[in-house]
Amino acid sequence: MTSPATNVAANVAAGCAAPDQSASLPSSVDLAKETVITGIVRNADGEVVGGAYVRLLDGSGEFTAEVVSSPEGVFRFFAAPGSWTVRALSRHGNGELVVDADRGVNEIALDVATV
Amino acid sequence: MSRDTALVSADWAEQNLETPGLVFVEVDEDTTAYDGGHIPGAIKLDWKKDLQDPVRRDFVNQEQFEALLSERGISNDDTVILYGGNNNWFAAYAYWYFKLYGHEQVRLIDGGRKKWELDARPYSKDVPVREKTSYTAKAPNLEIRAFRDEVVQAIGVKNLVDVRSPDEFAGRLLAPAHLPQEQSQRGGHIPTAISVPWSKAANEDGTFKSDEELAKIYGEAGLDGSKDTIAYCRIGERSSHTWFVLKELLGHENVKNYDGSWTEYGSLIGVPIALGDEPGKA
Repeated sequence: MTSPATNVAANVAAGCAAPDQSASLPSSVDLAKETVITGIVRNADGEVVGGAYVRLLDGSGEFTAEVVSSPEGVFRFFAAPGSWTVRALSRHGNGELVVDADRGVNEIALDVATV
Repeated sequence: MSRDTALVSADWAEQNLETPGLVFVEVDEDTTAYDGGHIPGAIKLDWKKDLQDPVRRDFVNQEQFEALLSERGISNDDTVILYGGNNNWFAAYAYWYFKLYGHEQVRLIDGGRKKWELDARPYSKDVPVREKTSYTAKAPNLEIRAFRDEVVQAIGVKNLVDVRSPDEFAGRLLAPAHLPQEQSQRGGHIPTAISVPWSKAANEDGTFKSDEELAKIYGEAGLDGSKDTIAYCRIGERSSHTWFVLKELLGHENVKNYDGSWTEYGSLIGVPIALGDEPGKA
């Protein structure tokens, strides 16, 4: 039984820092409501890139969110249906991809390379 | 205030890691980044565990802040050099916090952990041991902290700057897009608030834009320099970033951070809320 008070506390406690990017989706996430954009960052040699800064830009190119990829290269956003750009910056170079997201899980592969 | 007294570059930081009288402090909500490697010699502060009261929804008080800094080995005359992840959100929050309790010498490392990482600068896993101190905090400086009643009264009167993303401003999202969206509060923004996402003030590598660029951004967004300003976001850390820009970099006189921000305002009974992309009417 979760009281409204603990809900508020949980929301506050959740803060604004990104959750663990390598963890599987929490069971509290309702995929009928959430639009999840997730994927793996890889370098030119196909190796996963951890520690990359992955940012989500909205349809107008405005910054919306940023996470750091896990040691396995995994990143994840909770967005809304529509067109988004996912852009990664890393020690190994940068890369970006446009994604048309629907409700549920949208998986993408993001390659970074030095220009 | 100006760039010279509020900000240091990553280069400067790397060259001054051994300089006496400086204390490097990494501030984050998730301190696993620190544990996995940090700027050599830096200690850590946990935004949630160290800076929030464990029971009430509020800051640690003056005595708790004194105990915290004494225990971490920070003296009143140390220069505290702050940095962190999330484009320095929580480091900027800590900066504001140190100023709230009257610490004299505080700086942010421009770009924080991101710039450090993208520059491929060195990390250390060694946790420094600092001698305990006897830190004395001043009474909270409420000239830089806004509370809810003051925010409601500021509608249509003061500059209200909503620094969340455009979709959060409009009410289309309730939280930043790296977090689940199920929240208790209503969506939207405080009527008459202008939308200037915190990210407008930062370059892609996390460093702040130039003073000229910053002045142009807030001027074009409709910030009236003759009025007092209150910045807010969802929980008060992104708005600390904007508070830092307006107060410490651009030198605006009366700028407050509303740390209750949308998680408080959007849960209040009876206050006005505007939806959509426009500021709305008072």
